[in-house]
Amino acid sequence: MGRRMKEAVPVVLFLLLLAVAWEAATTVFEVPHYIIPRLSAVLGSMAENGPLLWRHAMITLGEALLGLGLSVLLGVLMAVWIEGSRLAKRTLYPLVVASQTIPIIALSPIMVMWFGYEIWSKVSVVMLFTFFPIAVNTADGFRTADAGIGELMRSMGARKQELFLKWKLPSALPGFFTGLKMAATISVGGATLGEWLGGEAGLGAYTKRASNMLRGEAVFSGVLLLSLMGIAMFLAVSMLERAVLKRRGPGARE
Amino acid sequence: MSAPGWKASNVSTADSSTAASSASGSSAAARSGSRTSLAVHSLSYAFKGGPALFDSLSFEVRAGEFVALLAPSGVGKTTLFRLLAGLLEPQAGSIVLAGEDGDGDNAVTSKRQVRRIGYMPQRDCLMPWRSVIDNAALGLELAGVPRREARRQVSELLPSFGLEGAGDKRPHELSGGMRQRVSFLRSLLSGGDPLLLDEPFSALDAMTRTGMQEWLLQIWEQHRKTVLFITHDVDEALLLSDRVLVASVSPISRLSEFVVDVPRPRTYSAVLEPSFLQLKRAILEQLGHASAVRGGEG
Repeated sequence: MGRRMKEAVPVVLFLLLLAVAWEAATTVFEVPHYIIPRLSAVLGSMAENGPLLWRHAMITLGEALLGLGLSVLLGVLMAVWIEGSRLAKRTLYPLVVASQTIPIIALSPIMVMWFGYEIWSKVSVVMLFTFFPIAVNTADGFRTADAGIGELMRSMGARKQELFLKWKLPSALPGFFTGLKMAATISVGGATLGEWLGGEAGLGAYTKRASNMLRGEAVFSGVLLLSLMGIAMFLAVSMLERAVLKRRGPGARE
Repeated sequence: MSAPGWKASNVSTADSSTAASSASGSSAAARSGSRTSLAVHSLSYAFKGGPALFDSLSFEVRAGEFVALLAPSGVGKTTLFRLLAGLLEPQAGSIVLAGEDGDGDNAVTSKRQVRRIGYMPQRDCLMPWRSVIDNAALGLELAGVPRREARRQVSELLPSFGLEGAGDKRPHELSGGMRQRVSFLRSLLSGGDPLLLDEPFSALDAMTRTGMQEWLLQIWEQHRKTVLFITHDVDEALLLSDRVLVASVSPISRLSEFVVDVPRPRTYSAVLEPSFLQLKRAILEQLGHASAVRGGEG
């Protein structure tokens, strides 16, 4: 842990430097508060509206986690289906890969149309963002499992179910975590977008309203919190990944 | 293919070699009785649209015998394994294992459809997410042995495999030689008979390889399993085995047999004995014929 702390020192120092530069530049150049508010004003607004921001943040976080959870469930099921059925591998897999080129943001209003202004429209936008990276990376994990191990297990008389549980599933874990890390990071963005498109609550709705009123420090405090939330989600998944895969060694991520 | 041009005559490969081996009696057969462990009858196989790999190939491995199958790279050794393991169906001919006619040895596992050979792949194919013990116990686990019992059986054997204290390590923490020993232990415990070892030492450096060969000689003396050892290294084949079967042309239709009459227990210094060198010369000549013939064809 000590070494990791030491590695973090330069980053933290740089962030502090940026904070100082922000505060100094906005003061010296007299930047209007609706362009870039002073950092101290942002922090002040944050402290002032603490309970309110917290409530909005929890709503956004809830939407992101719920959408992410459902994406994990459906994405893994899709990957298992693709792995298990030759027909699905030939028809679904190319489509799932190709679907990543569709601008998902453009599809988001459809979700609002279908699911209204309740929480489910936000959750569905989150799923739209997070389903594909999880499904694709997990399917790739299955696909790239070491064929030699499978052959060996078959020579030992392994049945289909044993091949899946003892070979395919553990082999796909690194790919799954790669997908989950990507998905966790963008899930917050998905929830925010869902709130912009039609929401009463959440940090997305909060920043949009504040932006309409040109309250720069409120917008920036919301944006700051959303960024922290994304970083926290990424770090949480990374820690989980490390805990699960740490004993496999450096070669296991190939 | 820069094959030597001499002896490009179209030789029938089996005849010249039986002459080479006729001097020595079949000591291996005498020691182990005549029970057949693996019998291959007129096996033919070709990939769809590809050239034939095996053309009515026949050979036998007797129980308790160590047989080396010496073949150059790319003649279908992996395919042969897959056929022997029952992962591929022969297009003609048959493969019979001793355990299949109710011998009792394979009684526990005979309900499985796949034929039960014990396979040690060229790459160790260890699971990076499993410890040494759990990797070695894979075959027992798949045969339905309870986990605790399987781990106990593995733990007992770890010291004689030079893996004492390594039981809880992960594969990435082991050296290449140790990984191959875990892999060998896994195939040994899988209960399959015979053991098919597919160039297990070819990826190791020369020093480690020599050490592993001597180690395998020792271990084999203790367990006396039936082994079919695939290699392209003449020294390795002669050092380890009772009989060397040489496959020299593709498709493989006949194997030339050389009986290795070097007494056991052997050590690496056996490679310097005159009888050993004589056999080596005969085998190299055999392979020389083959490459000359192949060079002529291609």
